[in-house]
Amino acid sequence: MKKQIKDFVIIQNQRVSPDSFMLRLRCFDPLEEIKPGQFVEILVNNSQSTFLRRPFSIHDVDYKENIISVYIKIVGDGTRQLAYSEEGDYLNLVYPLGNGFEILENKKVLLVGGGCGIAPLLYLSKKLNEANNEVDFAFGGKSHDDIFSIEEFEQEGCVSISTEDGSFGEKGYVTQSQLMYQLEEYDAVYTCGPEPMMKALAKLAAEAKVECYVSLENTMACGIGACLCCVTETTKGNKCVCTEGPVFNTKDLKW
Amino acid sequence: MVDLNIKIKDLLFKNPVLTASGTFGFGEEFADFVDINNLGGIIVKGTTLEHREGNPYPRMAETPSGMLNAVGLQNKGVDNFINDIYPRIKHYDTNILVNVSGSKIEDYVAVVEKLNHLDKIPAIELNISCPNVKEGGMAFGTSCASAALITKEVRKAYNKIIMVKLSPNVSNIADIAKSVEDEGADSVSLINTLLGMAIDAHKRKPVLSTFTGGLSGPCIKPVALRMVWQVANRVKIPVVGLGGIMNPIDAIEFLLAGATAVQVGTANFIDPQISEKIVQGIEDYLELHNFKSVYDIIGLINREK
Ligand SMILES: Cc1cc2nc3c(=O)[nH]c(=O)nc-3n(C[C@H](O)[C@H](O)[C@H](O)COP(=O)(O)OP(=O)(O)OC[C@H]3O[C@@H](n4cnc5c(N)ncnc54)[C@H](O)[C@@H]3O)c2cc1C
Ligand SMILES: Cc1cc2nc3c(=O)[nH]c(=O)nc-3n(C[C@H](O)[C@H](O)[C@H](O)COP(=O)(O)O)c2cc1C
Ligand code: FES
Repeated sequence: MKKQIKDFVIIQNQRVSPDSFMLRLRCFDPLEEIKPGQFVEILVNNSQSTFLRRPFSIHDVDYKENIISVYIKIVGDGTRQLAYSEEGDYLNLVYPLGNGFEILENKKVLLVGGGCGIAPLLYLSKKLNEANNEVDFAFGGKSHDDIFSIEEFEQEGCVSISTEDGSFGEKGYVTQSQLMYQLEEYDAVYTCGPEPMMKALAKLAAEAKVECYVSLENTMACGIGACLCCVTETTKGNKCVCTEGPVFNTKDLKW
Repeated sequence: MVDLNIKIKDLLFKNPVLTASGTFGFGEEFADFVDINNLGGIIVKGTTLEHREGNPYPRMAETPSGMLNAVGLQNKGVDNFINDIYPRIKHYDTNILVNVSGSKIEDYVAVVEKLNHLDKIPAIELNISCPNVKEGGMAFGTSCASAALITKEVRKAYNKIIMVKLSPNVSNIADIAKSVEDEGADSVSLINTLLGMAIDAHKRKPVLSTFTGGLSGPCIKPVALRMVWQVANRVKIPVVGLGGIMNPIDAIEFLLAGATAVQVGTANFIDPQISEKIVQGIEDYLELHNFKSVYDIIGLINREK
């Protein structure tokens, strides 16, 4: 699909936890097909310290209502200003950006998310289920607050949860959870989250000889492959996370 | 109808709006957002003789009204440009300029010799002002003698239009402009980025892998305007102004200061359609104020002293 720049109207801004929220954004025109793992760049209004657009993963897409959902964790001024935005406000988006996840067919796959890295996995799981895959989830966070959209995820597959403080699910890191001892059972692992988590998982997946797709969150300026600010080192030299990623097969990364 | 045409030597630009090197890729990246054919010109990414990987990540730090970059001339080299990229972009009906960079004078010369043969590249922008590489780059642009020398050598090897891109990290930019004019530059463009730095107090580390980087965006506009005005009053060749242009009015300010054309850089990241909007905005401004040609406002503040 061609990249677009459009105003979306906020039809819902819902707090998910004290420091995170879900925006549902409606487009006035019919949404064209978006790939799971693609992201949007949102222009932040009213923030003096936010000059550049902010990238966020697409959590879910509703083609009937022309709605894109994004889950946002408040970490700085840009995300704080977005949290203050109200239903009826407009946000300007550049989308859909990035390559997106490869969709396998008739396989057994594990989707591992950490913190806001859980976000892109909902729409991904829907597409994987449409392609006849068996989908399981393993989510991790610091506490219960970091885990969201559980009912929606449970409709797509079996969910197991780990939190560092033990407030929800197993206590500890997701990469130390029970599921990690049976990675061989899966044909592929898809993951998004903090880099240390993804690196630990990539190592486990490599040991279990399972394909591992990671979605990176390098800081970006343009989001469309023009500035070369967002690069990651790959076996074929530096590649732009915004256009040649954000999804990479870990065997191509210099991890 | 107002006349938006401008000329640099005998090269016609359909309007005075170009896109700045390193901020517009090879044009293709923006093809979903703007009609490239409506721009006065595009200046493609800094091109060196050899393939370069650039500096390690992180290469970008945001500032309240701008950004620092330390990309460090990542590019696939001039041969790759000629064989892979040029065939894809040469159909654009606009002036395509290649931004030529390097560490040694011989390298610059070798690059321009290769570019000389490309029909659809009517001009080069000689980058003697990149702050993000260890050798060469900005060093050529910070003394009159070295700026003159490199211009002289490149002039001998290249027979089309040469625009020399000047560094603002100098004490007297007009002197540098004069010295490249004397060696046969057809135009000067300014400014490249200002050397800056960002520190993450929480992590107690520099943000950029290289510690320092080049500052761009609206925060540098007043400095850029001042320099364009100084240079325009010093040299006879056309001056191309850039630095923090975010909208048509910013562009018009540069024209009023004496720039014959402008380049749009970092603004492309915020609004990928901005370059075309600036063309339209300049036309609207001229029409509104009953000017017949862009030339009516170029350097206007200097004429009405
Ligand atoms: C492709 C992509 C998808 C993303 N998806 C989501 C998502 O679905 N939900 C979500 O909440 N966030 C997501 N992010 C991260 C999000 O873009 C940043 O959290 C946001 O830009 C921070 O903006 P800010 O102005 O609030 O913070 P800033 O003031 O810019 O920064 C505050 C702190 O956060 C850190 N930070 C900023 N940007 C990043 C980043 N990209 N990665 C790691 N740390 C960062 C800074 O170093 C700083 O310490 C994604 C990033 C990318 C590149
Ligand atoms: C990410 C980035 C990459 C750049 N790369 C180059 C380059 O390769 N060659 C060059 O001459 N200038 C380069 N520049 C400088 C711009 O062309 C321009 O001179 C500068 O950004 C000031 O203009 P602006 O404030 O409108 O962006 C780069 C700037 C940015 C932000
Ligand atoms: S953010 Fe500009 S190239 Fe990726």
